[in-house]
Amino acid sequence: MDLGSLINALILGVSIASIWLIAALGLTIIYGTAGVINMAHGELIMLGAYSSYMLQFYLGLPYLLCLPVSFVIVALVGLALERGLIRYLYNRPLDTLLATYGVSLVLMQGVRLIFGSDPKYLAVPEIFQSNVMIGSVSLSVFRIVVLLVTALLVLALWLLFYKTRFGVQVRAVMQDKEMAASFGINSSRIYMLTFALGAGLAGVAGALFGVLAIVLPTMGASYVVQAFLMVVVGGGSLAGSVVASGVTGELQSVFAFFTNDTFARFIIFVLIVAFLRFRPQGLFAQAGARR
Amino acid sequence: MNITRRNILKTTLAASTAVALPHLWLPGSGEAWGATLKKGEPIKVGLLFSLTGSLAVPEEDSTLVMQYAIDEINKAGGVAGVPVEPVIVDAKSDFAVYSEKAKELILRDKVIAIFGCYTSASRKAILPTVMQRNHLLYYPTCYEGAECTQNTICTGPLANQHSKDLIPFMVGNFGKKVFFVGSNYVWPKESNKNAKIWLEQAGGELLGEEYIPLGSSEFGPVLNKIRDAKPDFIFSTVVGASDIAFHKQFKQEGFKVDDMPIASLTTGEIETRAMGAEFGAGHFLSAPYFQTLDNPTNHKFVEGFLASKYGKNGVTHYNMEETYISAYVFKAGFEKAAAEVGFENVTPRSIRDHSGGLVIEDAVSPEGQVWIDKDNFNTWLKPKIGQCQADGTFKVVKAAAEQVAPDPYSIYPDLGVCTANGLKAPDGSIRKNVI
Repeated sequence: MDLGSLINALILGVSIASIWLIAALGLTIIYGTAGVINMAHGELIMLGAYSSYMLQFYLGLPYLLCLPVSFVIVALVGLALERGLIRYLYNRPLDTLLATYGVSLVLMQGVRLIFGSDPKYLAVPEIFQSNVMIGSVSLSVFRIVVLLVTALLVLALWLLFYKTRFGVQVRAVMQDKEMAASFGINSSRIYMLTFALGAGLAGVAGALFGVLAIVLPTMGASYVVQAFLMVVVGGGSLAGSVVASGVTGELQSVFAFFTNDTFARFIIFVLIVAFLRFRPQGLFAQAGARR
Repeated sequence: MNITRRNILKTTLAASTAVALPHLWLPGSGEAWGATLKKGEPIKVGLLFSLTGSLAVPEEDSTLVMQYAIDEINKAGGVAGVPVEPVIVDAKSDFAVYSEKAKELILRDKVIAIFGCYTSASRKAILPTVMQRNHLLYYPTCYEGAECTQNTICTGPLANQHSKDLIPFMVGNFGKKVFFVGSNYVWPKESNKNAKIWLEQAGGELLGEEYIPLGSSEFGPVLNKIRDAKPDFIFSTVVGASDIAFHKQFKQEGFKVDDMPIASLTTGEIETRAMGAEFGAGHFLSAPYFQTLDNPTNHKFVEGFLASKYGKNGVTHYNMEETYISAYVFKAGFEKAAAEVGFENVTPRSIRDHSGGLVIEDAVSPEGQVWIDKDNFNTWLKPKIGQCQADGTFKVVKAAAEQVAPDPYSIYPDLGVCTANGLKAPDGSIRKNVI
């Protein structure tokens, strides 16, 4: 084992962490704010990938422009979902779980009906299909893009939550809905907007995953478990998800470097279970009347 | 007798038991198959593939091509003069559903044969039912071997046929050093055991062997290991969505196909189209069939299929062709059995018994002449090596000179040889239905 390979593994860990994080980002917002256990999160990711595919295939939009537009499209889907279904279920967490699972099946089969079950193809600029070498360290350009987009979104979310009036309102509703409402905050509107925001973030993740892996009606299923793990380990807060993804990504890369991929995942899941045994509230649990 | 609820229930129960009993408990005249064929009534066959879920991508194509083949057979007069009627079920990519639907097809629909499955896991899920009812399964794709049942006919390549030419070809053209990457389940591991034998014979050197969880799309760690190991080529048994992620990330991580091509047993026309031809171009695939095979039968098959109502996915690939052939193996086996024992007496068992040695000629088989082994009922076929071109089609760069024998126990010679009656151990004992 030489040092260059280990450094490579550590850097790859950051990239894997960014993939875990961007998959979990939307769910963090939705679960952290409204407490909705959104089983359809994976399918919102899938819709993001299909939005990009549609935009590219029918409108010929360049890939980088597909990212923000996919955000908007999936956010609108999220908005409709919240208004039409989720808002009636806020006080019934178990029903939400079932209802969103139902929604995930509907979305999956709907996409299959419209687009068919064969995989779709997302084209990206030539430059995203290569890598950069710095000394013995190699990283693919597209992984850097994923990392940058993730960092940008985390920064934007942080600014939104901690530097804007809307953010103050969201945090107030999170801590105590009734009290916030008595101060004149429209909590129903806050829930609606955060759900749409969370859905939109899933859309961006989907647009990125479509390039990294594959565009398929079933693609979301593999990401939803991953996303939930990060949110639960992180405790539902933004910082929690960032730290949880960072540690998990690094561990996966380093364990895979020393052993193999299958064993690395085994270890990670064992560690997560053990961690939750001793700290069920997650890394950074939020104070709040709801929990 | 007064008409009361109790009486009605009693009568119904008695009647239904009487109807059900012969089928369930008295498999008449030694045959488990509880139906008889009648001239003039269509012959029912079951198509047991997944139309939804993670296996839908290859298996939907299998269903479509089977329907096409059955239409073609019916148009040409059917099987023994009688049309075939497919009973299509959706196994939903769930192994429990495979097993349940197999029972339904056999007991309720009374099909005479089942065409189905794409993975070894689903095949192993339904085989106990198929064997218990002494029924017949056409398994129309590649698998690892190491099975000897008296109720299956396989039309795809076995592990010993699949990589036999590919490994020496790659070693000869690119170098001795190879890295194995596969999905983490039974078929890649067994295939790699075979590949190691060919590798040793070709004087190659194995630098590493990695398995990725099924469905995973993270190939960063594996590609880093490959980068450090610097092999001359990669031998891949990665399947499904993972395979597409693997090829994409191979290029995204800066690997060059000219320095280190991937020799795959799975990356065919649909995979290449899904990943984009620029990610597939230059890599190699070993398969008995490619869409671009230049022979009149294949031209007719490709044009006919794509123009038909089943050709909506716009491609024919090895898995579909193997499925297509299985329909003709069924037709030939049925007709031979009908000629020997009479149409009314044809059973799944008798079709199987008459299928050994059946030849599917050039005029029918798009991949060229193949035949069914008379002992183990797998298929003698010519493995071919194709290189993916810039447009996503494959160019055949090497074809076996003659058909290669299927050998399900090639890597386990101590277990014995598969014969028509069971697995014959070296000590002469015969075990039936070994899975």
